[in-house]
Amino acid sequence: MEDFFELAGSKYRSRLIVGTGKYKDFAETKRAIEVSGAEIVTVAVRRVNITDPNKENLLDYLDPKRYTILPNTAGCYNADDAVRTCRLAREAGVGKMVKLEVIGDDRTLFPDVPATLDAAKILVKEGFVVLPYITDDPITAQKLEDIGCAAVMPLAAPIGSGLGIRNPYNIRIILEHAKVPVIVDAGVGTASDAAVAMEMGCAGVLMNTAIASAKNPILMAEAMRQGVEAGRKAYLAGRIPKKLYATASSPLDGILN
Amino acid sequence: MRFLIFMKIKINGEEKQIADGLTVIGLLESLQIRPGRVVVERNRDIVPRDSFGATALAEGDALEIVHFVGGG
Repeated sequence: MEDFFELAGSKYRSRLIVGTGKYKDFAETKRAIEVSGAEIVTVAVRRVNITDPNKENLLDYLDPKRYTILPNTAGCYNADDAVRTCRLAREAGVGKMVKLEVIGDDRTLFPDVPATLDAAKILVKEGFVVLPYITDDPITAQKLEDIGCAAVMPLAAPIGSGLGIRNPYNIRIILEHAKVPVIVDAGVGTASDAAVAMEMGCAGVLMNTAIASAKNPILMAEAMRQGVEAGRKAYLAGRIPKKLYATASSPLDGILN
Repeated sequence: MRFLIFMKIKINGEEKQIADGLTVIGLLESLQIRPGRVVVERNRDIVPRDSFGATALAEGDALEIVHFVGGG
């Protein structure tokens, strides 16, 4: 069956969004992303090393015609820096979609929610397609949707923690109310975590560390692709209700006696 | 006879001496940076790529030259 992930007026086949950080080199980044099947990839904006300008550039390995490049505002601790980073990213000519993250604390990397709301307001007004990384808080999700964000991206668990969805009930509440796509962003550890998010009805999953820091990133990229696909199909198929007692799978009629 | 005059500017937080009258494109060339892969901010204002050649730098300018790197 045809099942597209619709985001900000575009249709994607893959519901897995992957980061490009922490790989051993660009060749591995490229290979992992190919195997993951992802069509949207996140990147960070950083200063060029002017004393040793590396001849190779990430975009030499990730063709912006093939992938939707999603610049992030990682490392920004206030709304001004995040907005500034988005403006710089837009000038690079890869579109107007941004992953907004305004970090509140470097130990948890949890978002600064008021600053995220402030930045989102400015960015939406300036015509950006804003995908905000947020805590698993339904009220914040609602506010960001009201501001005009194109999706909401609650965390499963702290960035890079690999803990999986720590509060599925909050994610469920967010899913019930959201009219924009809900993308679980951060905290996924393994393929079953991604599958759980998709089975719940999330529109997509965004991850980086779980693939890039796996012992075999290429194999994990494949596992994540399959985990997301399996979870999505299970969601569409409609799972059976959970019951306390058994119901026999084999017919009761015709049993030998 | 014309003497080469230098001016001081800041690039990515570092003080640098560059030739007087250098444009953004000239600076990128001298640093061996491909203009198509970077974004330049001058004194907090973005310099559009098609203005790199027409934008002459001035003493005391603060430049940021950024690009995309791996991130999540």
